[in-house]
Amino acid sequence: MTLPALGWQGLVVLATFGISLLIATYCTYAERVIAAFLQDRVGPDRAGPFGLLQPLADAVKLFTKEEFFPAGANRALFVFGPCLAMITALMSSAVIPFGNFLQFGDTIVHLQGIEINVGMLYVFGIVSLGVYGIMIGGWASNNKFSLLGAIRAASQNISYELAMGLALIAVLMMSGTLSLREITLQQTHVGGGWHLSDIFTWNVFKQPLGFVIFIVCAFAETNRTPFDLPECETELIGGYHTEYSSMKMGLYLFAEYVNVFVATAVMSVLYFGGFNYPFQYEFLDFLTNKTSLSADWAHNIFVLMGVVAMFAKIFTGIFFFMWVRWTLPRFRYDQLMRLGWTILIPLAIFNILLTGGLITFGVIQ
Amino acid sequence: MSPLFLFLSFVALLSALGVVLAKNPVHSVLFLILTFFTLSGHYLLLNAQFLAAVNIIVYAGAIMVLFLFVIMFLNLNEETEPHKPALAKFAAAIAGGSLLLILVAALRNVSPAGYDPNSFDSQIGMVDRLGMVLFRDYALPFELASILLLAAMVGSVMLGKRETGERNF
Repeated sequence: MTLPALGWQGLVVLATFGISLLIATYCTYAERVIAAFLQDRVGPDRAGPFGLLQPLADAVKLFTKEEFFPAGANRALFVFGPCLAMITALMSSAVIPFGNFLQFGDTIVHLQGIEINVGMLYVFGIVSLGVYGIMIGGWASNNKFSLLGAIRAASQNISYELAMGLALIAVLMMSGTLSLREITLQQTHVGGGWHLSDIFTWNVFKQPLGFVIFIVCAFAETNRTPFDLPECETELIGGYHTEYSSMKMGLYLFAEYVNVFVATAVMSVLYFGGFNYPFQYEFLDFLTNKTSLSADWAHNIFVLMGVVAMFAKIFTGIFFFMWVRWTLPRFRYDQLMRLGWTILIPLAIFNILLTGGLITFGVIQ
Repeated sequence: MSPLFLFLSFVALLSALGVVLAKNPVHSVLFLILTFFTLSGHYLLLNAQFLAAVNIIVYAGAIMVLFLFVIMFLNLNEETEPHKPALAKFAAAIAGGSLLLILVAALRNVSPAGYDPNSFDSQIGMVDRLGMVLFRDYALPFELASILLLAAMVGSVMLGKRETGERNF
């Protein structure tokens, strides 16, 4: 790879980083607006037009608050916890393909931080590390409520990781690759006619059960309601972040939104065709043949529309996460464990058997 | 030797020492996680992406979370820490020292087995190639290992079960 190409790829990495942060910032706003909408309230509307500057105001508030260290806390680990939560949240978006490649003459820019052939395992590995931030922070606070939150987070994540991994195996059996880019490219067929059949190549139609298992596990892994037992304010005050204040608290809350963003991005890649959209090849055909654009630009516009489609899917996913949060009540801890171990894991194993059977008899490939 | 290799080895040795020397068991666990990361870095340098990712998922992501989980429950601190008698510490030092001596003596003259650059397959660590080798050449040992793991799993469930008549929570 030549240096200019590497430079472009670096820009893509930076853009991914920035977009993750920006989306997480505005998720805090969206969460309040959606909560207000679902509860028939007005919601934030003071800072800027439609309250759009609310995240900025929140940031100023968090930065100017007192940095508090509880007595008897392990200071180094107390600071390290939120940092780790944020780092692991930001790391996984590196392998997500937000679009196919842009072409400028000889320069090709892949709209993906880095393409590795174990992309799915990478995401899975980073997600499994996410719990350390919560555990370390909760333990270092020297507070029994924090510790209980940390312990809950650990057992919840380990339990739901199993079902999530088993749901992913069924997708892998169909795709035969771990690369997220190739899984996306498989979910379309070139040269379809003028009909909606493009959509039915998405994995969600081939793996409906796997998708349901995956989305339930995604809720549990990101500690979102109805599975936000680690912070459960009715029993544990604030759970693992009881003792946190100022921007350290902000980092924890922020990391949760970055995790939601990454979870929805992974979901749209694995199950909703990623950057594929209906009638895309007709659109490309139209751009190349019916307009006066050069071949490169026709391709680029086609790809950028794919990026728009990808983000539309991500935003729909994020909206779904928030919709669920403000609709469903929280589970009890034993219900959470029972759901994970006695319902989701057997269902996921059944899904693997079903997928294997369907592949053997040639119903799906 | 590439600078990356030297850096990874340096961090690996340092964090491995940290595991043994740290006073606080939680710090020990965190050092051990760091050691696993540097080992994964070494796997990546050897072009074994699958092994690197699985090492992170299984060791750093699952086993060490359980370690940390248990250690947090134990609530160890210096007052309640059990103090071993001096004789036990002395015996442990002698035993560990002689093990080190034996290992060094055994490995002193070993030269690493060379590989044939003509027949060496640099893509062997990739997940698809690894799968082919595992399921074609080593299918029986692979399946036997899975049965062994299943037996261990059933055994641990049996051990964790309460006796009849004992209260379940």
